[in-house]
Amino acid sequence: MQQPGRAAEIKAIGIGKSFGSFRALDNLSLDIGRGEFLTLLGPSGSGKTTFLMILAGFVQPTEGKLFSDGVDITDRPAEQRAAGMVFQGYALFPHMSVEANIAFPLKVRKKSAADIKRRVGEMIERVGLKGHEKKLPAQLSGGQQQRVALARALVFEPGVLLLDEPFSALDKGLRGQMQAEMKRLHQETGTTFVFVTHDQSEALALSSRVAIFNHGKLLQVGAPDEVYDRPDNRFVAEFLGEINMLPLKGVRPSGNGSTGLCEDRTISMGCKAELVRGDAILAIRPEYMSISGEAADGENGIAATATNSTYLGAATRLDLTTRQGAKVTVSVPNEVAAAALSKGNSVWLTWPAEKGFLLPRGGQ
Amino acid sequence: MRSYLSDRMGAALLMAPLLLFLVVAYAWPFLGVVKWSFTLPTPGLGQYEALLTDDLVQSVFIRTLRIAAVVTVVSVAAAYAITVVWVRGTPAQRLIAEFCILVPFWISVLTRAFGWVALLSNRGLINTWLQAIGFTSEPLALVRNEFGVIVGMTHFLIPFAVFPLASAMRSLDDRVLLAARGLGSSRMRTFWTVFVPMTRSGIIGAAMIVFVFSLGFFVTPAILGGGRSVMIAELIYLRIFQSPDWGLGAAISVVLVLFVGALMALLFRYVRPKQLI
Repeated sequence: MQQPGRAAEIKAIGIGKSFGSFRALDNLSLDIGRGEFLTLLGPSGSGKTTFLMILAGFVQPTEGKLFSDGVDITDRPAEQRAAGMVFQGYALFPHMSVEANIAFPLKVRKKSAADIKRRVGEMIERVGLKGHEKKLPAQLSGGQQQRVALARALVFEPGVLLLDEPFSALDKGLRGQMQAEMKRLHQETGTTFVFVTHDQSEALALSSRVAIFNHGKLLQVGAPDEVYDRPDNRFVAEFLGEINMLPLKGVRPSGNGSTGLCEDRTISMGCKAELVRGDAILAIRPEYMSISGEAADGENGIAATATNSTYLGAATRLDLTTRQGAKVTVSVPNEVAAAALSKGNSVWLTWPAEKGFLLPRGGQ
Repeated sequence: MRSYLSDRMGAALLMAPLLLFLVVAYAWPFLGVVKWSFTLPTPGLGQYEALLTDDLVQSVFIRTLRIAAVVTVVSVAAAYAITVVWVRGTPAQRLIAEFCILVPFWISVLTRAFGWVALLSNRGLINTWLQAIGFTSEPLALVRNEFGVIVGMTHFLIPFAVFPLASAMRSLDDRVLLAARGLGSSRMRTFWTVFVPMTRSGIIGAAMIVFVFSLGFFVTPAILGGGRSVMIAELIYLRIFQSPDWGLGAAISVVLVLFVGALMALLFRYVRPKQLI
């Protein structure tokens, strides 16, 4: 979107997109920093791909403005923005060799033959496709096609690389390998990466920041640990991973944090009860909960009965029910699970105060 | 797996009437024609020898190939433009294109040939208008020559070129075109360097169909050529029905069938039959 070799900084202000009566994207404002790796995460139909297409220039927003390095590019056609783009299914040119595919953006830019040869050669080396230069895309494996798509999108040193679910067609092992490769390419090129996925573990593993979408709205943006540990709302909390939710009563501020009543026990939380007062939901990730025989005074804990266990190899997943019927899942060492199950009833679930967070009851 | 065998038998049964018809109505009589070409008027290869030496036959062969080549280029180019609109246009454009493609199928080849005579003849619509606006004082020779034959045949064959092209254009992944534009390629450049090469199989299929059809055209060249632009099919007709020279007529037929057969074999090396519809 700007001079080559320089990472772009993108600003979206109040972007909206309607397709007929369908609201695909609503009042989205987002700053994408220079050289960051931002992931757009959400279920299908959440608007994440629409936003990516708007960034690429393939879709025109109904409202709002888009700036790249301070320049308004809202009405600029895709071919003049020239963001690097990797499509779902790669969209390689089937009639061109690997070499010709990668050379395409340079030819369009009327680079000299020597320059094209050098840069294509470098790129082929960088993505590990040496020896495949003359092959057609159909003669390559999925992972190799993926590399060609990445090379073609990066060879002209775009300010931003847009990736639309690039790994969805790959099997699990290859996926991990390509993810690592993409992280390396991000570090080497220093370009701004905007990556679309519906896989939350992929998002958390790769990004410097994650933006979570649902129903055309941007719900929360933040570093992976930030959105994972301190989600703003229930959807984000649930979408990013398994979460236990316990009803709380009488939530009020207390010292640096807050307190509330859970099944007649006083629970303390590290977070402030600014937005949520009275009745609320306490949310805790399963991996932060542990099981013990008795909760010490002042420790967060509630009594529960183990109902079911699933052996996972390294650990056991244990389903429990509290006295008032709330369902809780924890992941614990195998012997702890065995002990909890043999005991029949009444183990204690405990967790550190700072790992619980508050969500409003009911709604989102 | 259970029904694999019975499916195959079912398919064979369903195709049997067509195969039977083709054998009885085409293959069997054609064997007779082959026999004539070697036996009439006297047994031997005399008719094939005459084919190689007869100036008239050769000039007709060359004219036929020339007309077929021109018709192929013009039809495929025109069909390409129509098909782009038909497959990728707005809904209104598609409707208009579809109308233009289908209507010719409803009008008989004879009617269309006479329609072109009415348009192109010396006192036809086009010459009358051209003279009225002072473009020319003498009527232009638009019909009863190769030009008229090419116009009529092209008009007839464009719709046949549309279908293989449409099939190729429909199977093209839109994202590839988006990718080209995203990489900085203008619409024009994307069309020539990505869209056209990716529809190559459709272009080959359309060209082959039009070319093969052109070789056997009879009614259109007979009417619009006015006897001055005779093509092979008309020559065969003349040899068999007018100057009873059945042996030579049969020999020309055999050569034509072999030539068309060779072209079809070549076509199916590049294009799967499914892509032609």
